[in-house]
Amino acid sequence: MSSVSTDIPIHADGETVFPDTVWEEEVAFIDRIPRPIAMIGILIVFIAVWQGLTSFGIVSRIILPTPWETAKDIVFVGKNLFSGGYMLEAFWMTTKAVLMGFVYALIFGFSLGILVGETSFGERAVLPYLVAIDTMPKVAFAPLFLAWLGFGIASKVALAAFIATFPIVVAVAAGLHAADDNACMLFRTMGATRWQTLFKMKLPTGLPHIFTGLKIAAVGVMAGAITAEFLGGGNGFGELIRVAASQLNTPRVFSLILYLSLLGFALFWSVVWLERRLVFWHSSTVSGINK
Amino acid sequence: MTLAAQKAAAVQADLKGRPVYQLRGVSKHYAHGHIKALDTIDLTLREGTFSSVIGPSGCGKSTLLKIMAGLVSPTRGSVVLEGKPVTGARRDIGMMFQQATLFPWRTTVENILLPIEVRDGRAAAKAARGAAEELLNTVGLKGFEDVYPTQLSGGMAQRAAICRMLVTKPSVLLLDEPFSALDELARDFMNIELQRICLERNATAFLVTHSIPEAVFLSDIVYVMSSRPGQFVETIEIDLPRPRTVEMLVDPAFGQYVNRIRNRLDKGAFV
Ligand SMILES: Nc1ncnc2c1ncn2[C@@H]1O[C@H](COP(=O)(O)OP(=O)(O)O)[C@@H](O)[C@H]1O
Ligand SMILES: [Mg+2]
Repeated sequence: MSSVSTDIPIHADGETVFPDTVWEEEVAFIDRIPRPIAMIGILIVFIAVWQGLTSFGIVSRIILPTPWETAKDIVFVGKNLFSGGYMLEAFWMTTKAVLMGFVYALIFGFSLGILVGETSFGERAVLPYLVAIDTMPKVAFAPLFLAWLGFGIASKVALAAFIATFPIVVAVAAGLHAADDNACMLFRTMGATRWQTLFKMKLPTGLPHIFTGLKIAAVGVMAGAITAEFLGGGNGFGELIRVAASQLNTPRVFSLILYLSLLGFALFWSVVWLERRLVFWHSSTVSGINK
Repeated sequence: MTLAAQKAAAVQADLKGRPVYQLRGVSKHYAHGHIKALDTIDLTLREGTFSSVIGPSGCGKSTLLKIMAGLVSPTRGSVVLEGKPVTGARRDIGMMFQQATLFPWRTTVENILLPIEVRDGRAAAKAARGAAEELLNTVGLKGFEDVYPTQLSGGMAQRAAICRMLVTKPSVLLLDEPFSALDELARDFMNIELQRICLERNATAFLVTHSIPEAVFLSDIVYVMSSRPGQFVETIEIDLPRPRTVEMLVDPAFGQYVNRIRNRLDKGAFV
């Protein structure tokens, strides 16, 4: 700008006049778009591309339904769900499998995590086995669980819990190692028992790590339950999806996935909510997803 | 016994008072003897005295403190506290570190009451709240009881850590560079606070520090430690009246003590 080289004006009586140097800091245009508008904009673009793909026949209707067909089916499935139809029953079945799987994963995850993180026995003798199992594709165990536990809900709970346990074990063990030496020494000079040190210091210190694991587990537990339902039938939402897909009823598949994602969202956000209550003191709690 | 150790024993014998801590021939090796951290340390701390140890980093000062507190075992030697051999962590010790180590999920007063909560349970901690508030008051933290530690400055956090150390009324204070993370102004203030507290309670204190003026200001005896393996190479009795004041920092006698220790450190403690 031209003002850069201009000298500061000096008054007749020799006094310098200092100009205001309040100026606007530059923000890129794309970052100035308000969040609601940005989010709706992305949705509109997404639907427009989708509409384009179907109406110009780039992708076959059998594979990809139009947005309108999908919307109609979403309403249809929603009506069934909210009027307590068979879909609600299936939804409830899957919810039960997911929640029970999560509870079992919490129990096993914390027990094993504390064993591995707190004892040298656990770290040296148990951890290698856990790492070995963790590297296997856990979904491949689904047929085993079906053979052992049958086609009822138990096999779904088992696979869901199996998948979700490992991230919790790892996170709890890592969390327990987060305590620093001075904190441990302090507790020893206070004469604290092992349990007091664990519950009053090590677990709280590890909560930021632990919640990272719980969020991964919350996603994994859904995947486990649905995979088991795909492979092992039953009366859950996974079975509805499988049937709809086998009938090439793609709008139905889309709308079922949409409602299923609500379950995943609810679980994930419950964990995030709890994290905010318990780990209010840690900077990472400002997770950025919903500031 | 080395000449220096004999001298140390002589100085201690001159001082009156009941021995609180007695260390005899304490050595510590790490890594199967490959690292010799401490070599035959003899030390007697008498009731109500303030002693400091000063020496290059890595010479085993923290190790010495951990052995005294019963947190690690010596490789050789004997540690006796209040007439009882130290073979594990002891509750009658108060400790402080360079970091305040306040727990961020507890308010300041909850942090201070933690030792009581651990020892006697939650109800006892609740009952002792008044005492904790009084302690906070004496270090100038009145009104910060229910504030979380993330909102405290470094100096304030260290003052809260002092309160936590004192809340169980320990007979001995072991201080591992407690103020070395603070700025100079906060540090002077903390030194005066610490002196007041120790005089008030007739506490027996042992301080590890890197600051020669700090050691001289606070101590009755300063031990100069050599680099690894750590040994006391000089024992200096500080004969300045108490309570010591900031004005004394510019006193020629104070300067002489500082110079003497500095010369000793230059001469060989770092070799
Ligand atoms: N747990 C340990 N294992 C092995 N070496 C250690 C251990 N703790 C301390 N050391 C070594 O012992 C020496 C003394 O350490 P430390 O007492 O912390 O020194 P200072 O506090 O004087 O700086 C250092 O060389 C350090 O590397
Ligand atoms: Mg140290």
